[in-house]
Amino acid sequence: MKEEKKVKCVVWDLDNTLWNGVLPENDNVSLRDGIVDIMQTLDSRGILQSVASKNDYDHAMRKIEEFGLQNYFLYPQINWNPKSSSVKAIAESINIGIDTLAFVDDQPYEREEVNFSFPQVLCIDAADIDKLLLMSEMNPRFITQDSKIRRQLYLSDIKRNKIEESFEGPKEDFLSSLDMVFTISPAKEEDLKRAEELTVRTHQLNTTGYTYSYEELEYFRTSRDHILLIATLDDKYGTYGKIGLTLIECHKDLWNIKLLLMSCRVMLRGVGAIMINHIRNEAKKNSVRLRSEMISNERNRMMYMTYKFAGFKEIEKKGDLTVFENDLTEIPDFPEYAKVRIGLGN
Amino acid sequence: MTTNDTKGKIRTFLARYIRNHELQDDEDIFASRLVNSLFAMQLVLFIEKEFQIKVENEDLDLKNFNTLNAISGFIGRKANAA
Repeated sequence: MKEEKKVKCVVWDLDNTLWNGVLPENDNVSLRDGIVDIMQTLDSRGILQSVASKNDYDHAMRKIEEFGLQNYFLYPQINWNPKSSSVKAIAESINIGIDTLAFVDDQPYEREEVNFSFPQVLCIDAADIDKLLLMSEMNPRFITQDSKIRRQLYLSDIKRNKIEESFEGPKEDFLSSLDMVFTISPAKEEDLKRAEELTVRTHQLNTTGYTYSYEELEYFRTSRDHILLIATLDDKYGTYGKIGLTLIECHKDLWNIKLLLMSCRVMLRGVGAIMINHIRNEAKKNSVRLRSEMISNERNRMMYMTYKFAGFKEIEKKGDLTVFENDLTEIPDFPEYAKVRIGLGN
Repeated sequence: MTTNDTKGKIRTFLARYIRNHELQDDEDIFASRLVNSLFAMQLVLFIEKEFQIKVENEDLDLKNFNTLNAISGFIGRKANAA
């Protein structure tokens, strides 16, 4: 499937973009016509939003709250820094690639400044806002249950992260305090849209980056020569949604993990290793050898580490592709910090 | 930096994860189940940041990280190679 660039987050300028007028000059600004509709539509499509504005933070936030829009913006950057650094801070805080951002500003200077540092950011003139919803980059192929609540998922992440930052003590104690429940089940038909979305959206915690269409995933799901697993994570702050996907090719005496991915929102939750150890257990039970494919790049190093530390050894290297094999010895118990539920097969 | 400084820093880091346990320099922290693979990743990130070295894919072997001696030896080799 051809990879089409889709925007994951729209970053708005405020003065003369989101609202008419310049706040430091005149407190009496009014919202741009139709802007709330546009924001709500983006939100319902699962596209996140933020702010990059040169303004006094408290003043601008007060105004945003007056308009009742404060819950739409994740990590708003309102300061006097160059907008390129604000855009970068937003991508890093949300933990998505900067190439998935769009930036809307009325000032050519600001758009050029952002584009100079980050040519991969889609910069949009505020004069074109009325056409924004029609752009193909703003139209995800599917709108899933997870995309509709995406902003909520991120808002609970912000809450968790704040608690994590102020948490004294080892990471594992923090993880235990979350009461995590990690569920692994064979993918059902209703999971496939989200599964396709995960293969397209996930880059960092993705072992191979193979993307599969809905139709291909439907084939794997029902094929006897494949296992397609989907994983969800929940904790006391709510659900993370469907965050993991694994595709295994089953040969007579050998299983090959073609793809193993986890949403970047569960980074450092240790669930990738849980998934791998589950597969190691299953391979052992079925008396098959276990291999996995890995295509390394600058972004997915965490997955390489996860395989290596789960005892996978390199047996073959062809260009970017590494083939690992696991000897299925010394499989650790599931960690104490998460409850693991294994869904029933079909 | 002396080997003792290096070990001291690693020991301090490990102490955040392994408590109520007097860790020996040659004790295997993975085999004894004192830590898990999630910890291994944090250890690698810590080593890179603290000692300003890059851990390459081929270095990602538990043998380089499973004891205090191994970690300190690994950092020494990397620092000398740089």
